[in-house]
Amino acid sequence: MSAPDIVLSIDHLVAGYVRDLPILRNVSLRLSEASVVVIIGPNGAGKSTLIKAVAGLVPVSDGAISLRGRDIGGIRSDQLARLGISYVPQTDNIFRTLTVRQNLLLVLRRSASGDKRLHELYTMFPPLAEKQRDSAGSLSGGQRQMLAIAMALATEPSVILMDEPSAGLSPKAASEVLTLARGLTERGVSILLVEQNVKQALAIADHCYILAEGRNQLDGPSEQLLSDPVVGEIYLGGKRMDPT
Amino acid sequence: MIQGLLDGLLVGSIVSLGAIGLTMVMHMLRFANFSHSELLSIGAYGALVFDRIFAALVPVAASSVGPLSLTWALFLAMIVAMALTGLSAIVIDKLVFKRIRETAGPLSMVFASFGVALIIRNVLALIFGLKPQLYSGDIAFAVTISTDPSLLVKPDQVFVFCAAVIIMLALHFVLSRTTFGYALRAVAENPALAQVAGVRLSTVIAMTWIIGGALAGAAGVFQALDNQVSPMIGSDFVLALFAAAIVGGIGSVYGAVLGGFVVGIASSLALVVLPPGYSPAMPFLIILAILFIRPNGIFGVER
Repeated sequence: MSAPDIVLSIDHLVAGYVRDLPILRNVSLRLSEASVVVIIGPNGAGKSTLIKAVAGLVPVSDGAISLRGRDIGGIRSDQLARLGISYVPQTDNIFRTLTVRQNLLLVLRRSASGDKRLHELYTMFPPLAEKQRDSAGSLSGGQRQMLAIAMALATEPSVILMDEPSAGLSPKAASEVLTLARGLTERGVSILLVEQNVKQALAIADHCYILAEGRNQLDGPSEQLLSDPVVGEIYLGGKRMDPT
Repeated sequence: MIQGLLDGLLVGSIVSLGAIGLTMVMHMLRFANFSHSELLSIGAYGALVFDRIFAALVPVAASSVGPLSLTWALFLAMIVAMALTGLSAIVIDKLVFKRIRETAGPLSMVFASFGVALIIRNVLALIFGLKPQLYSGDIAFAVTISTDPSLLVKPDQVFVFCAAVIIMLALHFVLSRTTFGYALRAVAENPALAQVAGVRLSTVIAMTWIIGGALAGAAGVFQALDNQVSPMIGSDFVLALFAAAIVGGIGSVYGAVLGGFVVGIASSLALVVLPPGYSPAMPFLIILAILFIRPNGIFGVER
């Protein structure tokens, strides 16, 4: 990864919900342009906390987060959205009481070409066009994830943060969502993905970081880690590796 | 029975208006604001003050509107009072609730809201006295609205009901047709997600206080128009507002409207079968029944 390609960089990040009780103790990460980086690790490793810290939802007490060289640590979530970072939470990632169309218009409300963009999104995700007047709460699990991704994509972000987008979906729907995530890179979007579905995630990712106990444990190209038998053991059994 | 239903619709429209702001704040800020009903009193007294000022400045405005006891001055005063009450709501938030929100939990906010309610009630009593006052000394005669001579309704009551429904329809338009309305509903449903969707939370919370306060102000004026202006308006309505919010489901604006009418009609119909002294207990019974049958309310979602 050459420096000019880096869209998002995280350096020695310390963060947590409660002051003086950090969940992330020292995490560094690089996300290059139009690529997918997956973060895996055992439960409690701090994967979701990392992604929430980048999204501005968890206070950062030390370290740095920068978007194309600009320090974005401490910036409010709503401002981050305007700077080009979108976040797709694991659950409750759509507004169930709004219709599909209203969900999209909410995200597009500051856009000068909102109607045009809405049309583009419907072209990109035809099932959403068909269901545009339906309540988002009535969508299937896969359609909800599709809507969540469409909402994230609406403002044409440079980075999308995805927290376990395949959680709770059928294997087929999970595969479709991950393939969709991969496809977004063709539009120049970089994806930072947290995923429990290790095999499928590694298959679509360019690079992988393994976290444990709030620290980097290992990272490398996904293909390399996919063939590493220890990776599965870490993920499933929580085996600790010596940091190298 | 039909008279009870008509009275219930009138009371229900006032309760609905008051409960809208309560349910929005309860859901958004996760606390039961027992001082919300005092905004009705602020609205009622605000209108009383501005009514006198406008009538003194422009004597012709002191003339009644058609068959109503409502004057043009009071009509204008009501609009100013709504703005004043909305402003009061946001000032109270900045002075009290925002500070507690940043340093303590929801329970502290609930206790603080009791304190705020007492302060508002007593300050109003100190300034205006405990003696109830009237917007107008004119007597508004009730008229029959059908061949049944026992069915009576005052023109003021028709105005109050129609005005309340128009305000609620205007709110419905904002919530269902504008992106600002989507943002309000989004924050009410999921504040964290709304933030990452680019909604500035502090702005929406401020607007919620203003809108909720203004609607409560209108409810206070309507109640006082049909009855009297008194520092006890807020405390008289506190249970009814909570019952309406709980019946409809916390966070649901449409639920609060429906809940308001349920509470209003049930309280009025209770008078048909029960002695008048039992009527205030009706909101309690409704709260208990709803919590037993459908704990999340009619439109509420499980959390």
